[in-house]
This record gives sequence, C-alpha cells and structure tokens, in this order.
Amino acid sequence: MRIHLTSVFVDDQAEALRFYTEVLGFVKKHDVPLGEEDRWLTVVSPEQPAGTELLLEPSGHPAAKAYRDALVGDGIPLAQFAVDDVAAEYARLRDLGVRFTQEPVEMGPVTTAVFDDTCGNLIQIIAQPG
Amino acid sequence: MDTCLWWGVAEDLFKALADPTRRVILDELVEKSGQTLFEICSRLAMRHQLAISRQGVSQHLAVLEAAGLVETRREGRYKFHDLNTAPLRQIAERWPLPGPPGREESTP
Repeated sequence: MRIHLTSVFVDDQAEALRFYTEVLGFVKKHDVPLGEEDRWLTVVSPEQPAGTELLLEPSGHPAAKAYRDALVGDGIPLAQFAVDDVAAEYARLRDLGVRFTQEPVEMGPVTTAVFDDTCGNLIQIIAQPG
Repeated sequence: MDTCLWWGVAEDLFKALADPTRRVILDELVEKSGQTLFEICSRLAMRHQLAISRQGVSQHLAVLEAAGLVETRREGRYKFHDLNTAPLRQIAERWPLPGPPGREESTP
C-alpha cells in the first residue's frame, strides 16, 4: 500500500491553487469540475510529478470550520512539506508576504517552521539531515 | 503589596517553578517569546525528549499563566504564549541579592 493522495480543506479553491502553485511552487495535476462550483483539484511537487497528490478540498462541510479553527488556534499544522533548507525557504516565503506562526527552529536533528497557507491552514516545512 | 495577596501570588509562583517540565518551558520561552502551543510541544518533545500530551502541556501552561510567568496573546486566528519574568522580582525582593562587588548600592 502507498500513500497516493492526501488533502487539506481550503476556503477558496481558486485562491488555494494560486497560493500552492505560484507561491509554494507546486504544479496542478488534476482539475475536474464537480457540481456547480467545486472542483477535484490536486497539485504535486515538480520534483515528484508522480508522487503523492495534495487535494485542495472545498471547506464547505459544516464541521470543517470548527476543526480548522481549533487547530490553527493552537498552531497545529495539517501537512508537512520537505525542503532542502528551511531558513532559505522561510526567507523566500516571508519576502512574498507569507505569515509564519513558527520561525525556523532546530528541533533536535531536524529544522522546522510553520506558516499560514492563506486558505485556512497551517503548514509545516521540514529539513532532515542527509 | 497587601501581605495576604503577596503570599497568594508567591504560592502560585513557587508552585509554578517547582516542576522541572515547567522550568524547561520557561527556558524555551527565554530563547524565543511568542510561541504557539504546537511549537512548545515540539520543543519539549524534540529538544528535551519530554513526550507529554498536548493536554498535559496546556495544563503546565495554565499553571505558569496563573503565576504570571506566561501571558497569552491572540493575534488573528493564532494564540501565542509570551514569557513574563516580572513576577521573579518578588523572589529577589524577599531575599535580596548581594550588590555587585565594589559598589555600595545595589542596582535598581
């Protein structure tokens, strides 16, 4: 078994696509209309086009808001993305106006930081040794 | 300060400082004030091998907050924890520190 797809709820799919592609640098993989406004919208890393897809899922479900507000309040990220250099990525994203709730910190063997994806979620970036 | 109130505040302070995990939380907040609950939990687990549940860390933070050593601040959707070392001054007021060598008056 392999992890093929995972998802984050987003406030606005069009805005989420813009952020996840133009700001974070992912590429769109699938974009299929579902009903009136919703889309089956996934992105992948350009470094791993056949890798795990991230579904940008509409947050219309009534439970989604309470769930996400509680997690964001405590600073808990919903996903973790790997980068080569957390400090460099932090500087790049900060210059693009991205808000960090945790600046880069060495956490034992790894370095992490946490930012707001502007669509209602916190995301952690991590660099692992070797 | 009113003596009874002083004793109540001091009790909260000494209780807060008596626990090693809470002292580590203060150490981490000295390094950087303004941390989310998640960041505090991560630091305890990854830097100090203190595997405490998020709820447990919340309880420690509540004790530190009651002692005035930690203050919480809402910023938009996020909640941050700041360090406030001012209550520690009570300890030095109760048991004054020796003045710096060569000077007669202690620093304010």
